[in-house]
Amino acid sequence: MSGFLQKNAWVVGLAVLLVVLLGVTKLVQPSFGASGLESIARAALPFAFATAGMAVVVIVGGIDLSVASMMAVCAVTAAVLMERIAGVPAALIVLGVGLAMGLINGALIVLTRVPDIVVTLAMLFVWEGVALLILESPGGAAADWLKQIVRGSVVDGLPKALIVIALCVAVVWWPIRRSKLGLSIYATGSDESAAFRSGVSIGRTKIAAYGVCGLFCAFGGLSLAALTGIGEPVPGPYLLASVAAVVLGGVVLGGGKGGLLGPIIAVFILRIIRTILTLMAIDPNVTTIIEGTIMVGVVMLGSAATLRGKRT
Amino acid sequence: MSDAVQISPFVRAGRFMRDNPIVPLLIFLFLLIGALEVMRPGIVMPFRAGRDGIISTFWVGNLIKFAIPLAMLAACQVLTMLTAGIDLSVGIVATVAAFVCATLSTTWGVAPAVLTALAAGLVVGLVNGVGVGIVRVHPLIMTLGTGLIATGCLQVYQRLFINAGSEIPGFLVWLGTGRTLGMPNGLFLFVPFAIFILWLMRFTGFGRLLFALGSNEKAAKLSGVRAWQVYLALYALSGLIAALAGLLYLGMIRQTSLSLANPLLLPSVAAAVIGGTSIFGGSGSFAGAIIGALILRVLDTMLTLLQMPEGARTVLFGLIILAVTALYVRITGTR
Repeated sequence: MSGFLQKNAWVVGLAVLLVVLLGVTKLVQPSFGASGLESIARAALPFAFATAGMAVVVIVGGIDLSVASMMAVCAVTAAVLMERIAGVPAALIVLGVGLAMGLINGALIVLTRVPDIVVTLAMLFVWEGVALLILESPGGAAADWLKQIVRGSVVDGLPKALIVIALCVAVVWWPIRRSKLGLSIYATGSDESAAFRSGVSIGRTKIAAYGVCGLFCAFGGLSLAALTGIGEPVPGPYLLASVAAVVLGGVVLGGGKGGLLGPIIAVFILRIIRTILTLMAIDPNVTTIIEGTIMVGVVMLGSAATLRGKRT
Repeated sequence: MSDAVQISPFVRAGRFMRDNPIVPLLIFLFLLIGALEVMRPGIVMPFRAGRDGIISTFWVGNLIKFAIPLAMLAACQVLTMLTAGIDLSVGIVATVAAFVCATLSTTWGVAPAVLTALAAGLVVGLVNGVGVGIVRVHPLIMTLGTGLIATGCLQVYQRLFINAGSEIPGFLVWLGTGRTLGMPNGLFLFVPFAIFILWLMRFTGFGRLLFALGSNEKAAKLSGVRAWQVYLALYALSGLIAALAGLLYLGMIRQTSLSLANPLLLPSVAAAVIGGTSIFGGSGSFAGAIIGALILRVLDTMLTLLQMPEGARTVLFGLIILAVTALYVRITGTR
């Protein structure tokens, strides 16, 4: 038990923080209940998927600046397709598109040997342009079942959106994490040359990791389409938020450490803080300042803690 | 003897370019300008129209004018990238500086307003420096975070001060839009600035410390470099430069907005990277970044001339950035 706690100290800490924040919310707004929880979960949906995708590439030692643009592409693809063909094949096509975009990102990074941050910066423009080409202005429509999936609660206090996140992330990430690919991803992230010498195919691992990121972005795009009911070709504010949540969630920039649970809890923490500030009737602009300060502060604390841990 | 010298001209050209990375960039820039001339005859060399001489100083002036703020922000990226960092708050810092300057000029007068704007940039830079240098936060995260905070502060500030109205100082307009001998007045600011940065990187101890920290931080520290002081100074300087660029951009655009210079952020990173600055630190040049900024502006003109939908333009822009950097990495063999 104590071993588990030590190993997952950061995630456990985050979970405790989450519960405390939920308590604070209840204190601030006594009527806060199932519906409040449901709206938080719904708002967190696209952020959670963007964060999950970002977490995977950060674990492999890279970074993907194009997540928000890929989500925009997936959202407009979903909206355009669902207007014309049945929802389920359309959703599958969108997932395929996301996966393909991620694989293209990864392949470009591996083939050109240009740093990840530069390649994905360029691809940010490319995917943004593709989204505009698919749909010039917001439009299209999302299938009804898709909208229904993310709305409401299964039982009070257990929002559907939360289950969607848990299910999608688990279905994609759990088998990978347990397989050889997962091991390779962590190995590549913690020490590329050591991984290479122990027989890990670095290139293939990286491409696969970016593919998984693309897949999560496709889920994110679908959730965007489901939430808004239309496709929006302009990328949302998901890039900064996902980097923040990944770092808050205990994944080390540079790779090799952390999981997906921490970052997703971090997404909820950031959302709940926003809700609390809104409930306290604080100017939304001040909210931005507070969010930024919290993000910087937490990261500072975290890195100060690791510095103390391995002071040389 | 003779077979030792038998190096194919191709390899020799490659080596030459590796030693002088600025050369392929210049070649590429002129190729692009040539392509532009083919696409729209007369835009660069108006022989017949004879607007002003052999080369249209109007067009060249415009090109340089819009490349200047980009090149200044790229200087921030070059300097921080030398130490394996990056400064993602420059766009917002420039916007904040421009906004503060424009709104305060009416009430405080021009000089205090400009100084306050520069001070705002300096403060953000110092916070970045403290985070990166002393607390050892990853520069990417730190500058993203301060950028977010600065955005929030700007929005709150705007709520409080919007009634005061805004005014753009005359000398900034002169600097931003005026021309002397067909060349933009911005050069009066930019040329000394560029010389200062080049001098800083090449001939000062500070510049050498940047290169040293970027190539091997541990070795630099072991040889007695106080890294945190260098980082603090570096990010403070970066914030100051960004604020200066914001003031110039304000004079150029002659409008205040809450996202004035934000679209310049990613292109500034692109300009530095195209210019051959390694994102992993230890190598880079500001001269390259200036050429990079010019290349980006020529590309902009070209893509506008093609009259394609906006989406296709954005796609091409991204692909060309990627292609140029990939080619550059191939030719020079650096990363």
